[in-house]
Amino acid sequence: MLKNSKRLMLGLPYYFWSIAFVIIPLFMVVYYGVTNRSGSLTIENITAIAVPEHFKALLLAVRLSVISTIICFLLAYPLAMILAKYGKGKSSVLVMLFILPMWMNFLLRTMAWQTLLENNGVINSALSFIGLPKLNIINTPGAIIFGMVYNFLPFMVLPLYNSLSKIDPNVINAARDLGANSVQTFIKVTLPLSVPGIMSGITMVFVPALTTFVISDLLGGAKVLLIGNVIEQEFSQTNNWHLGSGLSLILMFFIIISMIISAIFDKDGEGSVI
Amino acid sequence: MINKVSRRIYLALIAIFMYAPIITLIVLSFNKSKSRAKWGGFTLKWYAGLFENETIMAALRNTLLIATLSAVIATVIGTAACIAINAMKKKGRTLWMGVTNIPMLNAEIVTGISLMLIFIVLGIKFGFMTILIAHITFNIPYVILSVMPRMKTLNPSTFEAALDLGASHSYAFFKVVLPDIFPGVVSGFLMAFTMSIDDFVITHFTKGAGVDTLSTKIYSEVRKGIKPEMYALSAIIFVTILILLILVNKTPKKDVAK
Amino acid sequence: MKKVMALLLVTVMGLSLLSGCGDSGKGKNGRVVVYNWGEYIDPETLEMFEDEYGIEVVYDEYETNELMYPKVSAGATKYDVICPSDYMVQKMISEDLLREINFENVPNAKKNIGAQYWEQSEQFDPGNKYSVPYCWGTVGILYNTKMVNDTVDSWDILWNTNYAGQILMQDSVRDLFMVGLKRDGYSANTLNPAELEQVRDELIAQKPLVQAYVIDAVRDKMIGNEAAIGVIYSGEAIYTQRENPDLEYVIPKEGTNIWIDNWVIPKNSENPENAELFINFMCRPDIALMNFDYITYSTPNDAARELIEDEDIKNSEIAFPDLSKYQGLETFDYLGQEGDELYAGYYKEVKSAN
Repeated sequence: MLKNSKRLMLGLPYYFWSIAFVIIPLFMVVYYGVTNRSGSLTIENITAIAVPEHFKALLLAVRLSVISTIICFLLAYPLAMILAKYGKGKSSVLVMLFILPMWMNFLLRTMAWQTLLENNGVINSALSFIGLPKLNIINTPGAIIFGMVYNFLPFMVLPLYNSLSKIDPNVINAARDLGANSVQTFIKVTLPLSVPGIMSGITMVFVPALTTFVISDLLGGAKVLLIGNVIEQEFSQTNNWHLGSGLSLILMFFIIISMIISAIFDKDGEGSVI
Repeated sequence: MINKVSRRIYLALIAIFMYAPIITLIVLSFNKSKSRAKWGGFTLKWYAGLFENETIMAALRNTLLIATLSAVIATVIGTAACIAINAMKKKGRTLWMGVTNIPMLNAEIVTGISLMLIFIVLGIKFGFMTILIAHITFNIPYVILSVMPRMKTLNPSTFEAALDLGASHSYAFFKVVLPDIFPGVVSGFLMAFTMSIDDFVITHFTKGAGVDTLSTKIYSEVRKGIKPEMYALSAIIFVTILILLILVNKTPKKDVAK
Repeated sequence: MKKVMALLLVTVMGLSLLSGCGDSGKGKNGRVVVYNWGEYIDPETLEMFEDEYGIEVVYDEYETNELMYPKVSAGATKYDVICPSDYMVQKMISEDLLREINFENVPNAKKNIGAQYWEQSEQFDPGNKYSVPYCWGTVGILYNTKMVNDTVDSWDILWNTNYAGQILMQDSVRDLFMVGLKRDGYSANTLNPAELEQVRDELIAQKPLVQAYVIDAVRDKMIGNEAAIGVIYSGEAIYTQRENPDLEYVIPKEGTNIWIDNWVIPKNSENPENAELFINFMCRPDIALMNFDYITYSTPNDAARELIEDEDIKNSEIAFPDLSKYQGLETFDYLGQEGDELYAGYYKEVKSAN
């Protein structure tokens, strides 16, 4: 391709942008995280993750977002495969159809889910009308997972669709010709070739799910505390930016570690996001 | 045959899941009662009220402008960054991909407040520009994460072949590399656009007085109840895009989109 | 895919044209930048102010005191008029963020606003130097008469196991703890850890009965018969009753929080004279009445109340309760950073308990 130096130059706007609006703000978070109100150094805000409520909130958030990520993946993979099978013109319109709902405001959509899922809501009224038992999902952790899957599904579908549609059909046919059955072809050819898309999709679902607090408040009835709730509360209610920053650092550290681990498993470094 | 039917059914089920709340919103836009929990009869008054409401219209304009501009700029910066990052050695690549992920890792309120403080330090006047900068910042990672997988599977020899055949660098890029990564670029753009439209927290902390987006308008209405005009607006936007989408699909394909 | 992009751009262009804006020359006498709660004013009054004084109103809205505060204290935007609640006024005074109001320029305030409200304000603004009351109200219990058979006159009903899964609690730190503190006969401003721990334990014990902790959704959930009992602001009660006649609002006998939202002028205001004109305008009886009709939160403007034509509303126990009949009414104090952190800690324990 271009000479290396020229290609590196293309990144200049990005380097500047990142330094001004990502790195410097990050240093501010670090500064707040390791100081207290009087400005002296402390590790209190970092070790605060060991406080039982905080630790429990972290574990719960991890659990819910892992489950949602897995469900998103299981739902999105077949969908992306189906979409990739359609011709180019048609599939782009179909892909759009799965993003379009996301352009309606998040809060309005989530409130619409409340209207649908509530105990006296639309779905339950319909169920009881045809004599079926009620669905008690609203205000439970199940509803939080439901909301996460709904909101983040397109972010899994798009990268998967991109990787899958790039796979040369000849490669699949070759595998078939060599005697692989459809399951073998999928495991040995399709899946490995879509790894970069899988990694991007997992990042874009897992990370926002881990820090969310609005979904748990609106659909989960705010009955559980997620790490996102704690950080949000420290910033906006208690106004303790130091503790909020300290916990944010922990969260970042945690996510970066999990990315490094996934990068190690991903041997060729092909699909690593980090 | 069975395979085709089951595929269709699967598509339909996911579509129902995605569209159930949208249909609810459209139904609510005709609801006479202001409350989402009660059906008060059919009305068109929210639609009538909508077009007289200057503030909602201004918010709509801001939202669309910011979402489009920030997505376009983020797509350009992000795609260029992908080429650069891909040319790096492993260490540099790891470092910059790490940096890329930071805006996603931070809780929104952390990003929002830290950007607010930066703008104060830099002395940038709060308003349209500050929202735009903030949105570009959180959009870039989505573009990079979409383009990167495509970029990695790119075959460098086609580009070199184009150069050997006498193409200039930029010509070869636009004719050989770009078409190959284009689906990634488009989905990056779409994700960026989507993120921008929906953002509330970061916009709240980076906006100036009197500059609103639909999100900040809607959230500020929460305490007194969402105005049904907002449902009406959502319904209009939704139906408009849907119709355009269908029209585009029906027109004969002149340029074969890549 | 190119088509999709083209489509998008066309849509954007089209919609932006549709929503074209028109700026008229309304700011010939400068401007005033107002920062208020969302949907907390009749927009028509803003236009009337602009027409009358030739001052352009730049209007901005927030969702909670806590989201407003960092923007004002960091000085991101220089506002001229803000409308914080009582404890936030106290906090902003203590941090020297507010400017004394020159009441000679705001004659309508002292003339029209009832003496009892000025007295109430003394608690957070000693000497009434910085703030002018705009709206006020109580926090009480909203219940559905078709679903609740017991008499509702006490916070105890929220711990009644007959209503398991039917109870809505407020999801903000102070409002949640206020309910427990008042029920036990403590002050809503207590800093005594023993009292707070007792309330924390009671709130944890109550948790299995609670359907959800909500802030604004009480309204819709009660209207839709989704819950039987909810803790709600009095300003919402009138609206919910209009939508669902089975709902009844009660101020519990143990007492409750009485709150006041107030106009203040921040120290970094660039147009303080315009700000005073604006506040004075808002205190005019006809304007205060328009705002009351629009937002249904009680007005402290006695002259405006006299103008209300509907006798039911004028004498409504919800909008204008006779405060002397109730005991234990308390306004929130700003508890200081340490106090806030103390409450936040207990709140997290309640929220994280199973």
